[in-house]
Amino acid sequence: MQAEQISIFIENKAGRLSDVTGILAKAGVNIRALAVADTSDFGVLRLIVDDNAKAEEALKNSGFTVRKTRVVAVKVDDNPGGLYRILDILKNAGINVEYMYAFIQQSGDKAIMIFRFDQTEEAIKVLLDNSVTVVNGSSLSTL
Amino acid sequence: MIFNIEYETMPREALESIQLKRLQAVLSHVYATVPFYKKKLDDAGILPGDIKTLKDMERLPFTTKQDLRDNYPFGMFAVPMANVVRIHASSGTTGQPTVVGYTARDIDTWSELMARALSAAGASRGDIIHNAYGYGLFTGGLGVHYGAEKLGASVIPVSGGNTKRQAIIMRDFKPTILTATPSYTLHLAEAAEEMGISFKDLHFKAGIFGAEPWSEDMREEIERKLNMDAIDIYGLSEVMGPGVSIECLEAKKGLHIFEDHFIPEIINPNTGEALPYGETGELVFTTITKEAFPIIRYRTRDITTLNPDPCICGRTHVRMNKVSGRTDDMLIIRGVNVFPSQIESVLMQVEGVEPHYQLVVDRKDNLDTLTVRVEIDEKLFSDEVKQLQQLENKISKDIKETLGVSAKVKLAEPKSIARSEGKAARVIDNRKI
Repeated sequence: MQAEQISIFIENKAGRLSDVTGILAKAGVNIRALAVADTSDFGVLRLIVDDNAKAEEALKNSGFTVRKTRVVAVKVDDNPGGLYRILDILKNAGINVEYMYAFIQQSGDKAIMIFRFDQTEEAIKVLLDNSVTVVNGSSLSTL
Repeated sequence: MIFNIEYETMPREALESIQLKRLQAVLSHVYATVPFYKKKLDDAGILPGDIKTLKDMERLPFTTKQDLRDNYPFGMFAVPMANVVRIHASSGTTGQPTVVGYTARDIDTWSELMARALSAAGASRGDIIHNAYGYGLFTGGLGVHYGAEKLGASVIPVSGGNTKRQAIIMRDFKPTILTATPSYTLHLAEAAEEMGISFKDLHFKAGIFGAEPWSEDMREEIERKLNMDAIDIYGLSEVMGPGVSIECLEAKKGLHIFEDHFIPEIINPNTGEALPYGETGELVFTTITKEAFPIIRYRTRDITTLNPDPCICGRTHVRMNKVSGRTDDMLIIRGVNVFPSQIESVLMQVEGVEPHYQLVVDRKDNLDTLTVRVEIDEKLFSDEVKQLQQLENKISKDIKETLGVSAKVKLAEPKSIARSEGKAARVIDNRKI
């Protein structure tokens, strides 16, 4: 039920985001979701793409430090309180969200959020127990 | 003013005769008491008695910093520990600083030479000396302190740091002589200015600046902005500490080396050949009066020139020009000696860190800053920013604890540090000294 995200270390200097996206474009990789965490001197670019293997290879060949991270894609009701309901379930289960970001595309009337938890397995279990839909990693790219 | 007229203005011939006698005595002393020197002389086939002229000393083997490390901590001491009253040490690689010792007489000698140095800068009894050199294992603070007391001046042992308090003390205690590193002085002046304390309203006559290289431009800036004479002082713990040489207020042109206690030479750093006066090369020192830690032909790695011309101040002691560089890769950051290899050894002890790093030195607001760029690899890379920041902080803390210097650590992309012929360019020094 987990999804795979690619994380890339980038120095905080002009043109680096453009370099990464250029490499992916050339490799024919489509970016489905993206988030950047940054500090004053570096950033971590997090990507959900349609072909992890291809993306990883292309980036590594260009000298980037790349790492795969387990994340969870969750369907969230696209109405007021939708995200709150999910976060409340997690809070009650004592699970910490390290970070999260939104998927670009909707799935029917639901939004999709990408979560990184401190306890991935427990998080998936408690979400499923509460009838929340967790999207399979492999189906993310076909959305 | 000249503190010791007899010795500081002694005719060259008499001075050189004293030097030879003292050199012969110190050679016999180290040959008998320090196994390191006995072996070195034996290996070179020289007996202390073979040194019959000052020129003969060119035959003596050199001593290097590595020799001091190999004999860590007390292997180079020439007296029993019962006679050692003081120990100082300079920063070194992890757990291996350079350690030096002093007998009571050594402390007396050092105090006298520091008193001579303060005197050469215009200080005398009645002056108040604001001593902002660090007190502790570093020789700067205590060296100046004892010299100031010997001179009969009033010394404020303020040490380094706590800049605001220093500014208030300068305003309220009205010190007349400042002793500090030049970069800290300019920083102090700016901080004081922000508090509404202008150096122009203070009572300083002169500042004695050392522990790091500084330029004539910096002298001009300090003298103009701070309204005081700026005097250069030189010293190193292996030879004694501050007070090995000093500029005189009269000429401010070259630093008089106290030749009745030290014999300076300039050598070609590549061949070891001794060079005549006026040639530029590596400065080498032999101490001829020290008891606990005599040192023979110590290679300082500092590059300079010796000038024997008579000086308008009346001192007959030879002058060394301002140090213009180093023969090794040592950096001086806020008065702290830093070798890139020391940073490297700290980095190597952090799990997963690759030895791809670069030191970037800058001078911001007159203070040296050290940035250590460390290339990140897949083992170290975490997807979570806080873990990467923890890594930066850990390295920074380790550097501070090991070397005593603050460094900002910046993670860098792999292969982003320029490599020339496969070797990384380890140091970028952007300071204009």
